[in-house]
Amino acid sequence: MADNKGVMICGEITEGKLAPITAELLGGGRKLADTLGEELSAVLIGSGIGDLATEAIAFGADKVFVVDDPLLEDYRTDSYVAVMEKIVKEVSPNIVLMGQTAMGRDLAPRLAFRLDTATSMDCLDLSIDPDSKLLLQTRSVYGGNAMGTYVCEGTKPQIATVRAKAMDPMGKDDSRKGEVVTIDAGLDPSMIRTTVVDKVKEEVEGIKLEDADVIVTGGRGMGSGEAFQELEALAKLLGAAVGSTRPPCDNGWVPAAMQVGLTGKIVSPTLYIAVAVSGASQHMAGCSGAKNIIAINKDAEANIFNEARFGIVGDYKKVLPAFTEKVKNLLAG
Amino acid sequence: MPNMIVCVKQIADPEAPAGSFRVDEAANQVVAAGGVSQVVSPFDEQAVEAALRIKDTHGGKITAISLGKNFVMDVIKKPLSMGSDDLVLLQDAAFEGADSRSTAYALAMAIKKVGEYDVIFCGRQAADWDAGQVGSGIAELLGIPSVTVAKKVEFLDGKVKVERVTSDGYEVIEVSTPVLITISNELGEPRYPKLKGIMAAAKKEVPTWTAQDIGADASQLGAAGTRIKLLKVFQPVKEGKCEIIEGESPEEAAANLALKLREAKLL
Repeated sequence: MADNKGVMICGEITEGKLAPITAELLGGGRKLADTLGEELSAVLIGSGIGDLATEAIAFGADKVFVVDDPLLEDYRTDSYVAVMEKIVKEVSPNIVLMGQTAMGRDLAPRLAFRLDTATSMDCLDLSIDPDSKLLLQTRSVYGGNAMGTYVCEGTKPQIATVRAKAMDPMGKDDSRKGEVVTIDAGLDPSMIRTTVVDKVKEEVEGIKLEDADVIVTGGRGMGSGEAFQELEALAKLLGAAVGSTRPPCDNGWVPAAMQVGLTGKIVSPTLYIAVAVSGASQHMAGCSGAKNIIAINKDAEANIFNEARFGIVGDYKKVLPAFTEKVKNLLAG
Repeated sequence: MPNMIVCVKQIADPEAPAGSFRVDEAANQVVAAGGVSQVVSPFDEQAVEAALRIKDTHGGKITAISLGKNFVMDVIKKPLSMGSDDLVLLQDAAFEGADSRSTAYALAMAIKKVGEYDVIFCGRQAADWDAGQVGSGIAELLGIPSVTVAKKVEFLDGKVKVERVTSDGYEVIEVSTPVLITISNELGEPRYPKLKGIMAAAKKEVPTWTAQDIGADASQLGAAGTRIKLLKVFQPVKEGKCEIIEGESPEEAAANLALKLREAKLL
């Protein structure tokens, strides 16, 4: 176990490109590797990976393990866990990082159990303990009401998943040098027990929540799906994306893909306008990276006012149309 | 007809207002204020609902299993009052101080004791520690496939069809049974127990199993079986200095807010 060395990140590829989480993991992983004086490697799993390994090097990897196989085109629990198990056993990394994404939150626990080690999910901060040299894994607990710092003392590798946007990517440097190692997936198709029969995109039209610089979000207090159309009008003026807290999604007022929060999208816009949003911790966990939160809520005691920079205590039905009108005038003039 | 197992956890109500939870540094625990009630973790209630929807059309049997202590019987019997057939409680000093690893181990051993199962349901994560590992861990320990973060589950003969939530929609997955599925909030509201169900649940005898009852290896249980250590819990300090924008009327306040945002170069 003392032989485990190096920080390894498990990258993600979406539509033939490195997903943003990959560069974030490389940025966070680079700092840990430098602190430990160890190597930073990236694992890229997929089909038709091409030049992406070079890109991972430009974002900070010293070494990239490429596992390219048609069987790996889509994420499947069985195939990806098997590939990661194989690589970890061959390379014996000290630390393995993944994204807290549809892939990472499924892969990390199963991999940790298979390797008889531990993982911390949805970490917001990772650092190296100066004495023990172990990974300190800090994550939100109780729906964001508190934070916990964990350490895995007895087993290796130390595995953690990292929340989107929690780590800063490094600038891309195409002059960086690194090594690319191809690894055979060695998969037996019969061991993949799940079949994906369909993929359905529910992405809301327009700008993606994760990429938006301005977001207008409605909460339970909106009262209906129709009421979200008023948010659409404001969003259109501002070039903003429209988000939702959990209750409107669970009630079927808006698609689940609009949910911002612990179990939804993680966003970090410059401007986040929260309308009839109470500010439950589970929701704030998804938008705490917003630089300026604006609250419109009729309950002066609502938690959202503890998080907001500017707020209005009032009924959104009266406030929102007037606000939208004034914004329209200001932007026109 | 499918045999189904649902793992449920009793926790302090996560919907309690922010500020209801405080950190007890000495005990290294998060404690809920006195008024916060105990509930079945909401994702676990939705897991019960997923099983019930299958039972509605296909029949079958649902056994709920809960590992914990200080059970409030009216609360933990909710899976029964909603329509589950059996409930088993796992309670033993040997289970305490567990992490995801030793929790999954105890539940896997209890599931083996229950015996036959086609589908095991868990919530995607317990809404207290939000670890999100126990479901996958049980599947790994039992050597069965798993599908996580599901919003719809249909039972077909010998297999299930699952809608798994992804970042931009969902994927439809088919998998043979036995299988473990974790359920997400997108499944929708769980049903309310009916009076008849509540009455029946109140009368129902609920067995409690100990470590010995499930034939567990003591070295893998509770604190002894952990792989990770919680060093400390803390609450970040929030600045909380919101500038409330006023006006003679809500409309005027709204206009003032727009002007304020322009001033702050946010518009």
